[in-house]
Amino acid sequence: MKKTCICIICPNGCEIETEVKEDGTLSLTGNTCDKGADYVRQELTAPVRTISTSVHVKGGVLPLASVRLTRPVPKEMIFPVMEQIRKISLTAPVQSGTVILRKVCGLDSDVVATRTVRAVNESQSL
Amino acid sequence: MEQKDAVIIGGGPAGLAAALELYHQGIRDILILEREDHLGGILRQCIHDGFGLGRFKESLSGPEYAQIFIDEIEKYGIPFQTGSTVMDLTEERQITVINRKGVSRYQAKAVILAMGCKERSRGALGIPGERPAGVFTAGTAQAYMNLYNRMPAREVIILGSGDIGMIMARRLTLEGVHVQAVFEIMSHPSGLPRNMIQCLEDYNIPLYLSHTVTGIHGDSRLTGVTISEVDEQLKPIPGTEKEYSCDTLILSAGLIPDNQLSEEAGVALDPHTRGAVVDEHFQTSIPGVFAAGNVLHVHDLVDFVSMESEALAAEAAAYIRGEKLTACDLEIMPGKGVGHTVPQKVSGKKDFRLSLRVSGHYKDCRILVRQGTKVIGRKKMKKAIPAEMIQFTVKAEEIKGKEGLEVCVE
Repeated sequence: MKKTCICIICPNGCEIETEVKEDGTLSLTGNTCDKGADYVRQELTAPVRTISTSVHVKGGVLPLASVRLTRPVPKEMIFPVMEQIRKISLTAPVQSGTVILRKVCGLDSDVVATRTVRAVNESQSL
Repeated sequence: MEQKDAVIIGGGPAGLAAALELYHQGIRDILILEREDHLGGILRQCIHDGFGLGRFKESLSGPEYAQIFIDEIEKYGIPFQTGSTVMDLTEERQITVINRKGVSRYQAKAVILAMGCKERSRGALGIPGERPAGVFTAGTAQAYMNLYNRMPAREVIILGSGDIGMIMARRLTLEGVHVQAVFEIMSHPSGLPRNMIQCLEDYNIPLYLSHTVTGIHGDSRLTGVTISEVDEQLKPIPGTEKEYSCDTLILSAGLIPDNQLSEEAGVALDPHTRGAVVDEHFQTSIPGVFAAGNVLHVHDLVDFVSMESEALAAEAAAYIRGEKLTACDLEIMPGKGVGHTVPQKVSGKKDFRLSLRVSGHYKDCRILVRQGTKVIGRKKMKKAIPAEMIQFTVKAEEIKGKEGLEVCVE
């Protein structure tokens, strides 16, 4: 079976021509790096994605701290993962880089804060 | 009036990278002026990942990418003022800035323009119809959601397939909003292919090419839009109108360098980029005024904004130290298939990095730099699309005489 995949790993967005032969082997053309080959293998068998969103912060100079996943999760787990993240509420201060939920939905991926949110009463330098 | 070696207008990725590189070049008398209450610029609201792959070899969110630079600024104690809007810039490099404490004025040896870009608004697009609430640019909707914790929409139509629009389609969907479709007036998508996959296709959001909004309906709040197909001249085709009910229309129809201040100062602008005309030193038509990042030309990736600003800073540092920058008399013109180039002027005595965008979709093509009939620079491309910025180095040894250069696609 032939299929054209657009690699989403980096902004080059390589168009990769793929062909799964009858014996199950996969041939690829058009990828400019090994990551592209890995992406296609994953995409054709069990596609994964990372997501970013934000969580509520109480008592912070901002109402939200942005978060992202440390590793991609199966595509069909995106909405269950969002459900779990939505339940989180943090209290300021929040430090960027802090893991706020380990192994979300039992998957091999953590939710990590990507923004530092100072508490309202902390002295502000920014 | 206080004297400064370098005043940087804008504390986003361009301004931060320029400030740090100036510092590393030995310039200490620096001031960054930022109109928002925090440094970081647009990156603060770009919470999706994919930033820094080129520079840091990892996929960071916008706030993380910005924080790396902000941490360095704080570590070196480089002065900055937030909540400070520049009201006026003059040809003599005098700057008037207003903030909560009042008005102050600075005389700068060098001014770095790093104001970024703005979004094309409904007014700029000229969409007819009523004027209800619920029509936002993608960046405005993004700020509501990612900075202020406000949900601006329930039923959404998106006009324009720019990257921010597609990223907002995904963001809204993740938060339970229904995004009906994306309509694009051009016959090709304007954003990056990877965003079509991971933001639209993944969530079954259809993209209709050669369609546009021809009517906006609603009294206090948007109730629906009329969509029409367009012909090759981008004119709506009568009889193709379809009504869509929605409470929100999001516009992602292009970015324009924000050069109001530059224009008032008399900086010459390039009609193609809508940014300043610069030479290989990133110097504008006003000596001592430099520009880099999205205020100069809209970039696809922030990694390139940082790189460009660092290249600018090295040149600006030389200028501040009183070194003479090589005169740049050779003009570069965009030729067939090329939308714009940066820089627009070079000396011919130094290798330079050429940035450009193509104006159409090409496969297996070559970008050629010609001086007269002689090809002096080339880059082979498997594909070239307007959504992606193309960069390569042109060698000075190939450039002879006083004739200008032309860049084209073949």
